[in-house]
Amino acid sequence: MSTPEPVPAVRPPRLDYLNASYGVRSWLLTSDHKRIAILYLITVTFFFAIGGVAAGLVRLELLTPAGDVFQAETYNKIFTTHGIMMVFFFLIPAIPAVLGNFLVPLMIGAKDLAFPRINLLSWYLLAVGGLTALWALIHGGLDTGWTFYTPYSTVYSNGWVVVTAVGIFIAGFSSILTGLNFIVTLHTMRAPGMTWTRMPLFCWGMYATSIIQILGTPVIAITLLLVGAERLFHLGIFDPAQGGDPVLFQHLFWFYSHPAVYIMILPAMAVISELVTAFSRKPIFGYKFIAGSSIAIAALSFLVWGHHMFVSGQSVYAGLVFSVLSFMVAIPSAIKVFNWTATLYKGSVSYETPLLYALGFIGLFTFGGLTGLFLAALGLDIHVHDTYFIVAHFHYIMVGGTIMAYLGGMHYWWPKISGKLYPEYWSRVSAWVIFIGFNLTFFPQFIVGYLGMPRRYHQYPEEFQVLNVMSTAGASILGIGYLIPLIYFIWSMRYGKDAADNPWGATGLEWQTPSPPPTENFAETPVVSGRPYDYATGREDVALG
Amino acid sequence: MHFLPEEASSFAGHVDALYLFLILVTAFFSLLIGTLVVVFAIKYRRRSPDEIATDVHESGALEIIWTVIPFGLTIVMFLWGASVYFRITRPPTNAIDVYVTAKQWMWKLQHADGHREMNELHVPIGQPVRLTMASEDVIHSFYVPAFRFKRDVVPGRFSVAWFQATKPGKYHLFCAEYCGTRHSNMIGWVYAMTPADYQAWLAGGNPGESLAAAGAKRFVENACNTCHGDVPGARGPSLTGLYGHAVHLSNGQTVIADEAYLRESIVNPQAKLVAGYPTIMPTFQGLIGEEGLLQLIAYIKSLSPPAPAGAAASPAPAPTPERKVSRP
Repeated sequence: MSTPEPVPAVRPPRLDYLNASYGVRSWLLTSDHKRIAILYLITVTFFFAIGGVAAGLVRLELLTPAGDVFQAETYNKIFTTHGIMMVFFFLIPAIPAVLGNFLVPLMIGAKDLAFPRINLLSWYLLAVGGLTALWALIHGGLDTGWTFYTPYSTVYSNGWVVVTAVGIFIAGFSSILTGLNFIVTLHTMRAPGMTWTRMPLFCWGMYATSIIQILGTPVIAITLLLVGAERLFHLGIFDPAQGGDPVLFQHLFWFYSHPAVYIMILPAMAVISELVTAFSRKPIFGYKFIAGSSIAIAALSFLVWGHHMFVSGQSVYAGLVFSVLSFMVAIPSAIKVFNWTATLYKGSVSYETPLLYALGFIGLFTFGGLTGLFLAALGLDIHVHDTYFIVAHFHYIMVGGTIMAYLGGMHYWWPKISGKLYPEYWSRVSAWVIFIGFNLTFFPQFIVGYLGMPRRYHQYPEEFQVLNVMSTAGASILGIGYLIPLIYFIWSMRYGKDAADNPWGATGLEWQTPSPPPTENFAETPVVSGRPYDYATGREDVALG
Repeated sequence: MHFLPEEASSFAGHVDALYLFLILVTAFFSLLIGTLVVVFAIKYRRRSPDEIATDVHESGALEIIWTVIPFGLTIVMFLWGASVYFRITRPPTNAIDVYVTAKQWMWKLQHADGHREMNELHVPIGQPVRLTMASEDVIHSFYVPAFRFKRDVVPGRFSVAWFQATKPGKYHLFCAEYCGTRHSNMIGWVYAMTPADYQAWLAGGNPGESLAAAGAKRFVENACNTCHGDVPGARGPSLTGLYGHAVHLSNGQTVIADEAYLRESIVNPQAKLVAGYPTIMPTFQGLIGEEGLLQLIAYIKSLSPPAPAGAAASPAPAPTPERKVSRP
């Protein structure tokens, strides 16, 4: 950090959203959706790091059967921190708030989102909510698990339930406002010619996600308020000693938290549709089926919450209905997987890093989705409910699915976001390290779960140790796999080669503006005249850049 | 290394059969997708930078095929899963009763004859065991992996469930619902024994007072007998022969007097008032602990001698529809 480098006088730097203005103030008060996306990127990466460290500590404790690294109470606080940070402050915001914010206006040829200042407010809400929850989790500690089951959370726990709940409550408004912003933007700000069926599938995925965010999030907000009310004022809503019903909490909680799984996976699917087409240079197979299945998943997601209560004493008949509806969600998911696979057929497939992540996603999501069928099957769920089988299943969806897609998307759009190229060799290495580390971590958990190891156990019988050691070994590899991209992304911002406007030869309006884009996105509003992913006919926009 | 836990209950085999079917389906589709992805990626790899792909982007027939086949398969899974579930949830009538009290962080198990155990349960093989479970604090879950058996124990209500051990042995008992600091210490053992060994175990030790006898004492201590005295003109309905039979309520509904109904009628008597009786019974919410409630119910059950096999005694409290509303 010596003298500032002189700006070359010959070629004045083109103005883009990154160098349009300088200073902390220009970032913290920005209303540019691209800058807000960067703020989100930094924020969710920070929360991911906290959640990741907590996951590492959990795996460290589980290396041996005895509870020998941490006290039981500390262990419970650590897995609670892991769950809350990852679910509410990383997985839910990650793809919509980072990639969605950056890309939705660019993809539809708009200058910004419909409500740019509300967009900035959304980021502040997430940051304030996340820091509040993090402060509560670290300073006070919370041992309820991310699920807050009553009456433990409202009567028995000594943790900082209310403060953490306030943090999640605040962040919930971030999610609602982002969803609202996307829906209005997609309805009103599409460029001329950008009809609904010419919209990139990424936007369809964001639209479906936004519906869930708007309809579901208020329910978790109300539920957390009720938890706070019972804890502080002893209102007797969930506490049976006062005539409340603890299972009522589970209904309310999962009415949001099951759809929330689709808030995490629908954006991931949206990313995969973009990656598969770009790297096989082919129109997506079954556009309308992929778009429609996103909406079908969003609708069905609200009808399956009761499959979390098959052993809670819920009526047998309710169990039957929730079971059959849960199976139905598998069908639109299967339709997507088959269509992505068919997109590769007779394509021109090039194995750049984003495609490696996309193919990894297809494999892991397929496996994660199929293992979900085990849990929808009533008689089988009784055995595997609340065991490591479930832990393995939802990590296949959330880590193998969402995080793989998020990383694939980050690599694909990084040249557009930063204007720089990341190192290809290291990015391929990290994709493989993550894929291998992930499977080694979570595949053994299916087996140990079916053998009967319950989740959230600080210590466990010795016969489960071999599988737990494998899992911890995998987690170590996975941790390294996540560090590599973090390092080279930061490295590339300074030392990476300049990216062309369209380094992948992709269609899509975001590739027809400079990398990084100017603040107003497009010099003039683009006019769309054809179908999306029009690779095969070799239209002129393919060659741009 | 084992991939399945011991199969030691009457439904373990059914659960495992469904599990293996689902593993086959999962393996088939994972391999199918995995193979297609790898084969396509290699066969259609980009050979020159300006290569143009063939425009194949829709097929109505394929969309129908890959919608209908998964649909059919999931329906098979649903029906199979439901049939196993029904097998698990319907308690047989000839079960022996065990009363379970769960609390942070221990299991207390009481046999009808008065034998009490902590974190250990002895049961005979070949005979159904019916658990009536109550929690004194938070939600727990009674889980025996070798039996493929799990049921949440929710405070404020009884959880009734059953299993039948088929193979003598010592099996893990876990608490499967996170219940606080020492959740992973809330574990124990289930000993499944041959009937002869079980009789020997019952004969040993000092069973102490039976649950029903303890309940009879509580019945008097709480002055229940002053109204439910089973004499003509008593202020409360008679409890003799009540358990398992239909009760007509003041609102015109009819319910079966199972454990849940009896419990509710003690802690919240006005909820389901018997037709023809005044609303004079006070609530006993919080006045009688979970164990006291279990004892009282064991006592009330003892007033209804089990019907001879095949008689009309109403079985199955679990899936019984609670509301038979007759609208005027």
